Amino acid sequence: MENATLIKVNDLVVEYAADKKTVQAVNGVYFELRKGETLGLVGETGAGKTTIAKAILGILPDPPAKVRKGEIEFDGQDLLKLSGKKMSHIKGNEISMIFQDPMTALNPIMTVGKQISETIRLHNKMSKAEAGVEAVKMLELVGIPGERYNEYPHQFSGGMKQRVVIAMALACKPKLLLADEPTTALDVTIQAQVLDMMNNLKQELGTSVLLITHDLGVVAEMCDRVAIVYAGEIVEIGTAEDVFDRTAHPYTKGLFQSLPALESTEKRLKPIKGMMPDPTELKPGCKFYDRCPYASEECKAEGMRARDLGNGHLVLCKKTEEVM
Amino acid sequence: MARDAKSNKPKSQAIEIMKRLAKNKLAMLGLVVIVLMILVAVFAPWIAPYRFEEQNMEAVYLSPCKEHLLGTDKLGRDILSRLIYGARQSLRIGIFSVAIGAVLGTALGAVAGFYGGRTDNIIMRILDIYQSIPGMLLAIALAASLGPGVNNAIFAVGISTIPVYSRIIRASIMTVRDKEYIEAATAINASDFRIITRHVLPNSFAPLIVEITMNIGNSILMAATLSFIGLGAQPPSPEWGAMLSDGRNFMRDYGYLVIYPGICIMASVLSFNMLGDGLRDALDPRLKN
Amino acid sequence: MGTILEVKNLKKYFSTPKGELHAVDDISFKIEEGKTLGVVGESGCGKSTLGRTILHLLESTSGRIIFDGEDITKVNKKKLREIRENMQMIFQDPFASLNPRMSVRETIMEPLVIQGKLSKTEIEAETEKLMETVGLARRLADSYPHELDGGRRQRIGIARALALNPKFILCDEPVSALDVSIQAQILNLMLDLQEERKLTYIFVTHDLSVVKYISDEIMVMYLGQMVEKASSDELFRNPLHPYTKALLSAIPVPDVHAKKERILLKGEITSPINPKPGCRFAARCLYATKRCASTQNVAEISEGHFVACHAAVENKKKEEVKEL
Repeated sequence: MENATLIKVNDLVVEYAADKKTVQAVNGVYFELRKGETLGLVGETGAGKTTIAKAILGILPDPPAKVRKGEIEFDGQDLLKLSGKKMSHIKGNEISMIFQDPMTALNPIMTVGKQISETIRLHNKMSKAEAGVEAVKMLELVGIPGERYNEYPHQFSGGMKQRVVIAMALACKPKLLLADEPTTALDVTIQAQVLDMMNNLKQELGTSVLLITHDLGVVAEMCDRVAIVYAGEIVEIGTAEDVFDRTAHPYTKGLFQSLPALESTEKRLKPIKGMMPDPTELKPGCKFYDRCPYASEECKAEGMRARDLGNGHLVLCKKTEEVM
Repeated sequence: MARDAKSNKPKSQAIEIMKRLAKNKLAMLGLVVIVLMILVAVFAPWIAPYRFEEQNMEAVYLSPCKEHLLGTDKLGRDILSRLIYGARQSLRIGIFSVAIGAVLGTALGAVAGFYGGRTDNIIMRILDIYQSIPGMLLAIALAASLGPGVNNAIFAVGISTIPVYSRIIRASIMTVRDKEYIEAATAINASDFRIITRHVLPNSFAPLIVEITMNIGNSILMAATLSFIGLGAQPPSPEWGAMLSDGRNFMRDYGYLVIYPGICIMASVLSFNMLGDGLRDALDPRLKN
Repeated sequence: MGTILEVKNLKKYFSTPKGELHAVDDISFKIEEGKTLGVVGESGCGKSTLGRTILHLLESTSGRIIFDGEDITKVNKKKLREIRENMQMIFQDPFASLNPRMSVRETIMEPLVIQGKLSKTEIEAETEKLMETVGLARRLADSYPHELDGGRRQRIGIARALALNPKFILCDEPVSALDVSIQAQILNLMLDLQEERKLTYIFVTHDLSVVKYISDEIMVMYLGQMVEKASSDELFRNPLHPYTKALLSAIPVPDVHAKKERILLKGEITSPINPKPGCRFAARCLYATKRCASTQNVAEISEGHFVACHAAVENKKKEEVKEL
């Protein structure tokens, strides 16, 4: 069962109601995540990455958010159709999430050990003592000495706090971890430590990870497969190698060219012109049209369809041949 | 977020705030009552059927009737007319006393909040002492020592509310003071005065505006209380509190003598409070989008 | 071209309830006119404090800051205002650094209004010119910051900094709050402006790939001290300080084939309050020995390449002996 699908998101559409307008945050997203695999969800602010993750976990604020369409098939059941009780069992037990700012997940007036052991007890039948032992194990797993069980969150540095949050998220051995920019708030050397630790844990526990990030460097390091999100659509998805080496979408290409490369000696970057389209006024056809150097009339036509370039490398672009 | 300004005509924030305020029904009701009150106060001589001090000894203690819609008092004065003229008094008291308190309080609070440290300590400790005396008691003491009269009541009420404004503006300035745009203003050589008046105060005003609106109501109430115990407006002035005080001895037999002024005080205070509440919501930047 | 800014033994201490916080501790450097000095380091290393102390937005504890031949720590207020017209700043957060109640036009013209040298119509004309220079459409003049996206707001900040036609601009993480595609646009703009106006930049950032791209020279800071400084190419090719090495190896590279040796540092940054004498990095350093308890001053190892590390200096000596 090495490559069985764990979660399958199908034609997901999420909207936010804002004043009199509708923000089209997620517009028909498809993807699959296999067991033990890490999928990177890459995109810029407002592209809809976090909304996708929150929709999976069923924690979108409603109102203003509304899931209009789609299925999220997890272990054979559609999460969007589950009752609140069943969903809350899955939340934490089988799927858990970590956020960019570790403090949002930690209670400042409870010791970290207690927070972890309570999470464990919430989802497992265990005595306090057993949960305590388990919590110490978790702390050590994420590289925090067990002696720090009785310390409070403010006694930890940013990187250590994020480790605690990860320990808490993994305490119930979830099948899927949604990680929303887990290292963005950390310094590079600390980020390196945390990423290294996450990689080891993933292998040890076999957890699937949906890693949300804007950093292509982090993706290259962590992910088996990558999905590039633009204006609520996945414009390109494939194995990390395919997306990085055989880039097929002009937006993905633009992202790579916007990055100052460490080796290159070029004097100027090649930024993508313009800005992301207003999510309340999306046009049919290609959302990247206005910024795309390859765009032509035909790209404006409605009904964009993903094209399969083989090996699960899908791209939402009519000009792929020119881009590649 | 990526809100493109393409379609946007230059839109001032004031208009947006007004739009948000307009959505709040209670606040709009309050605003309507306040506007009515202002109109009544301005056009009192034309609206009122009689002059407020006009006595008619043949028509004392009349119950509401056709000639005197709300009845008359012990001197035969028309209560409706007195209430209409009273709106002038109450608004004047409310606005001026709040103006005194707000201007002095803001100045003190702005200096304390912006400079911090020792300046802040000295100003705030003095205000602490000041605030350890209940506001009403302080106003009574001031009004008593200055002597009865509307102007003294205004002054007394104004002075006693200074610490409220100082605290609000200080707290809000302290959060604004550390913002990067204040540092940016220093970097382009803006003087302290310019920084306070152009950058700090405009961004700290929202809570003050709310407090001012609400306090107009309170001040009207405080002044009415002063008048009620004989330290505020003096006869024959038709201040609502004074009318209440006048009528209280005859409350059992002629209830309308206290009911109508009471309703006026309540309605005005309530209206200002509702408007204040609405403004608080409308000015909250978190509700912007 | 000559030296425009020279900093000598600059110190900035803050007194805290726990003791003296050494935010900037004995830093010296020079910048040539028209060049860019990148200052890198992790959060809490004092890089932002260094910038603010140079601009005299913070009073220095001791040391000299010589700008254009004048020691700005010694001048009176009036003179300081004159000097400041030549030293401007671009801030990190394009959201927090603009007054939300001032329109684009008001914000950009404010420095000119304060300076009071131009008439009202001249100021209006100058403001329009500035908007054009930084690529802001004229129709945005009456917009307010909250109506604009991060990239445009940062352009406003740049226009404000340019208004007085300064010689020197301190850039405090000017692109770290922006998405990559927008970041590239702003970096290109800053380079164009530097060419046109012969600007000198100090570019404070934690992003090493950005600093490499924009800087002529790079200074690496650790806990308030300069640990290494060299030309941009030299620093990346031949990093000598163990901290610089770890920092460079920690950058996630957007390339799936890059399998590089990562130096994972032990632990996290120590406290800058009442630091012990000696090397501040020693606690996390893989090469630390007893001698690191004594202070190693910054030494020039090769031309323009400065480093503060016993091991690095010793290696150099050994090499020299071999050559002899």
